[in-house]
Amino acid sequence: MLSQQILNGITLGATYALIALGYTMVYGIIQLINFAHGEIYMVGAFVGVLAVTVFQQGLVASLLMAMLTCVILGVSIERIAYRPLRRSTRLAPLISAIGVSIFLQTLMTKLQGPQPVPFPPVITDALYKIGPIEVSKVQILIMVVASLLMAALTFIVKYVKIGKAMRAASEDYDTAALMGINVNRVISFTFAIGSSLAAAGGVLVGIYFNSVSPFMGVTAGLKAFCAAVLGGIGSIPGAMLGGLFLGVAETLGVAGGFDTYKDAIAFSLLIIVLLFRPTGLLGRPIQRKV
Amino acid sequence: MDSIFSMFLNDYYIQVLIMLGIYLIAALGLNIITGVTGQLSFGHAAFLSIGAYTAAILGMKLQVPFILALLGGGLMAALLGVLIGYPTLRLTGDYLGIATLGFGEIVRVVFINIPITGGALGLAGIPRHTTLTLVIILVALTIFAMYRLENSRFGRSLVAIREDEIAAEAMGVNITTTKITAFAIGTFFAGLSGGLYAHLIQYLNPADFGFIKSFEFLTFVVLGGLGSIPGVILGTTVLTLAPEFLRFIADYRMMVYGGLMVFMMIVRPRGLLGGVKLSRILFKKKSQKTGSSVTGGAN
Repeated sequence: MLSQQILNGITLGATYALIALGYTMVYGIIQLINFAHGEIYMVGAFVGVLAVTVFQQGLVASLLMAMLTCVILGVSIERIAYRPLRRSTRLAPLISAIGVSIFLQTLMTKLQGPQPVPFPPVITDALYKIGPIEVSKVQILIMVVASLLMAALTFIVKYVKIGKAMRAASEDYDTAALMGINVNRVISFTFAIGSSLAAAGGVLVGIYFNSVSPFMGVTAGLKAFCAAVLGGIGSIPGAMLGGLFLGVAETLGVAGGFDTYKDAIAFSLLIIVLLFRPTGLLGRPIQRKV
Repeated sequence: MDSIFSMFLNDYYIQVLIMLGIYLIAALGLNIITGVTGQLSFGHAAFLSIGAYTAAILGMKLQVPFILALLGGGLMAALLGVLIGYPTLRLTGDYLGIATLGFGEIVRVVFINIPITGGALGLAGIPRHTTLTLVIILVALTIFAMYRLENSRFGRSLVAIREDEIAAEAMGVNITTTKITAFAIGTFFAGLSGGLYAHLIQYLNPADFGFIKSFEFLTFVVLGGLGSIPGVILGTTVLTLAPEFLRFIADYRMMVYGGLMVFMMIVRPRGLLGGVKLSRILFKKKSQKTGSSVTGGAN
């Protein structure tokens, strides 16, 4: 059932890719590993649950609500915790990010309790058979939503003015500012997009595994971050590729009998890839200035 | 001497002080790697766990005397530090950090899966040997060692690597060997600290050594001031005692703790005592102010 496993892996990988995009875009512009990103994904999943249970919304509306909330959250985090540290040492914003992450995680534990919450049924699941492969409605949903969002992102980055500004800022932050790009606005926008993608990922994962917990951000965030580095951090296609690669590798690993080592597969792959390609699969080589 | 301590302090304070000492040893070890040499390590807790398990297993299963078991834990951590350092120290800046993060998680998963460590259930029944006196002696020895190290020829090469790797290489510093040695020293102290931890808590669980723990150590070092021994001591003290002092707000204490981390970084991004040297405090030497540490710069 190799093809079945690959399909499951792609579904999982698509959610990793959605989260990984946020890491990679932020890193590309301000070279910050945004450790609070996994927590944004977790908050997104909870807003999704809230939208379905309390506000009685359907799938699309809940998804949009989660994304919008996380946009506000992500931009505020950047404004409060990262912007004052823009010109300080590399480690200061990193510690600040960890602080935000601890804050959000305990806040959610306080509000929701430490137990996982089931995701209320928003769509009636069904199984379709395509030849030997079984694909569920949720899996199709995940792949369709993820592809749509990634296509939208690619379009924005390639053709829309703010996307061009993002690329300019990631190429050279200072020169972009000299050229009249409002770098602060670009960074806020980057956080907004990254956070909305993570929120969508959170809702989708919540539906897929039917469980949302305050601690889901930690492992998923780390793995998505792995995916971003695997693909070459700073590169948008790299994050997508890395996410899918990791999802498939993990599913195959579990199917191959390494299920107790599931969480180590991603990291082992990461170290192996980094040893041979120190900047990831699609990463640009680091230039050593003398 | 422990009986003197227990006359003045109740068990809770003694426990907190011992924990503080254990964390100090590990944080000073990380300071050699990240603060002095400028190499990011996100996997420090993994070396603690290696030291802890090694010391516990040596003591329990092989009946090795406590002090030797501690040393064994430290040496095992240093050995693995060299093994992981050799290939990964070629990576620079953030990529090294990520590789060590991955290594840390792999170690945790391995400890969950191998039988000798008790798996996910953990290892219980470790005898309690760690005393406040011993910890105080070891902390003093560590600080002394760190101080001597920092002011040795080797320590100067470490600082040279932090400030500019290429220039250091051009000046004749063997980058790879020096970095690996620094890594081994740092991980040795992590292992030592892990062994003390095992013989204090008497129970080990792989879940206690996740990457959150590694970040805790990184926070101790950064908050105090990278590369400054008094800074690391202050940072570790503040951050180890803060959760204890915050107990009165019970449920909100970790939230406040997280907020505090953000606030402290915004107010003092270079740490509480960034750039302060022990030798300058002790001997009032006229040394130049070190404009140090852009750590982890990927250039």
